[in-house]
Amino acid sequence: MATRGKSSGTRDAPIVSAVWKVGVVASTRTETPTGRSIQIDVPGWGGNLAGQHVDVRLTAPDGYQAVRSYSIATASPSDRLELAVDRVPDGEVSPYLVDDLLPGDELELRGPLGGWFVWRPEQTEPVQLIGGGSGIVPLMAMIRAHAASGSTARFHLLYSVRSAEDAFFTEELAALASASLTITWVYTRVAPAGWPTPAGRVNRQTLEASTIPASESPAVFVCGPTGFVEAVADTLVALGHTAASVKTERFGGK
Amino acid sequence: MGIISRGFSGRSREHNPDLPPGQFLTTDFPVLSAGPTPRIDTAEWAFTITDESGLMHKWSWDELMALPIEDIATDIHCVTRWSKFGTSWRGVSLDTLFAGIDTKYAYTMVYSYGGYTTNVPLADLLGGKAWVAFEFDGQPLDPEHGGPARLLVPHLYFWKSAKWVRGLEMRKSDDPGFWEQNGYNIYGDPWKEQRYS
Amino acid sequence: MSHIDGNALAGPLSEVFSIDITDAVGRCVSCGDEAELARAMVYLSGTDLVVRCSNCDDVLLTVVHSPGDLRLTLSGLAALRVAV
Repeated sequence: MATRGKSSGTRDAPIVSAVWKVGVVASTRTETPTGRSIQIDVPGWGGNLAGQHVDVRLTAPDGYQAVRSYSIATASPSDRLELAVDRVPDGEVSPYLVDDLLPGDELELRGPLGGWFVWRPEQTEPVQLIGGGSGIVPLMAMIRAHAASGSTARFHLLYSVRSAEDAFFTEELAALASASLTITWVYTRVAPAGWPTPAGRVNRQTLEASTIPASESPAVFVCGPTGFVEAVADTLVALGHTAASVKTERFGGK
Repeated sequence: MGIISRGFSGRSREHNPDLPPGQFLTTDFPVLSAGPTPRIDTAEWAFTITDESGLMHKWSWDELMALPIEDIATDIHCVTRWSKFGTSWRGVSLDTLFAGIDTKYAYTMVYSYGGYTTNVPLADLLGGKAWVAFEFDGQPLDPEHGGPARLLVPHLYFWKSAKWVRGLEMRKSDDPGFWEQNGYNIYGDPWKEQRYS
Repeated sequence: MSHIDGNALAGPLSEVFSIDITDAVGRCVSCGDEAELARAMVYLSGTDLVVRCSNCDDVLLTVVHSPGDLRLTLSGLAALRVAV
């Protein structure tokens, strides 16, 4: 079986493990009216790259199983990882994770998975992160990795949410804002009192005004519902970013 | 098998003698797809039956609407394990469409706008078992559920009820369609749980 | 639910490949486009997946899960290139 660790090749290709590991929920934190973050201890986890995800598998007493993918919000080398889940209406797994899961519960995870939608601290180019709703999760891992590594690469986050209460990680994002991490908040339904711009969706003007321009050749990461990601990615290419520099992760939905 | 997740039961899986083996009952109508949803204008729509000589019998939307239309109330069963009881449709029976057609071949390949295919034996299309359906639950069939028209063959797993149907071709042998080539059962009887090949 | 993308292949295909398949570059049989599998469009049919070329929409591969069996049909992939 493949062992964890740096490869000796020219690229740090993540080794994949198909094994299901059992984690124990250490704690949970309410983030939004429909979402919460979940801190999980997984013996032998050994860390993950920023942007990777896990598959979570739930098994009912009669043996019925459901599997869903969730981005990891952390990129720490420790055995503790954090997920953040938004409750999907009529969902089968997310309501359990958001409403029922308790500290002490066991959770089966497979991963870390995915080596493409990933930011590594060795990257020095500017980074534009664009998240819609719970699409912030893998971007948060990148932001945390950026802070922890002391990277001076310029990071800009554009975070689109329905309203202020629908944002994940609000306090931490505000605390991490610095010379090398700037944030543009976009409220699509209800803007906070006194907000200079009326509520409205991200459009071409928003992207032109509030993202690192193509002329600076940023690495771009876009994550969120499929419709949001595709509209944003198409517009970025129209604004001059190369398709190769724009990486996307679609969560499904509309 | 995985460790049991405390307090997790998943979607309601009530036991019901009217359900085929391994199925659970849903009141939703899940949307599963193998590709992007085609958008077909009824002005351009046509349904074609091609026989073994290459002769094409073709109906435009208006011509289909002029044929006898039936009300269908039926249960449907998806290979992904959900079943829905008492669904109501309106459509034209394949018996009506095959009325003027002479064929010695026993199998068909069904074609959809967008490229999807599925194979259905002729015997499973005739005898009041299949329709070209264009209304569901009293409304025109939604594109995400196969509108403007889909094949409806409810006695087989629902992947055989090809969405966005545009016609079928008579075949000498039971050649596999899209899912059948990729691992699904060549026939697909839910009561015999014929899901995979 | 609408489609997602090839990032979702990482878990299911970890049972077949020991390398990260999402970063592997695939060549489409139909149009010749070369792109990382993470960029492909993934359509979900229960636990089964249909993976389509983001350039021409033709099917690159399908994944069918049955009890004890995973069927991977690669008929639309002309080639796969991975970093080792």
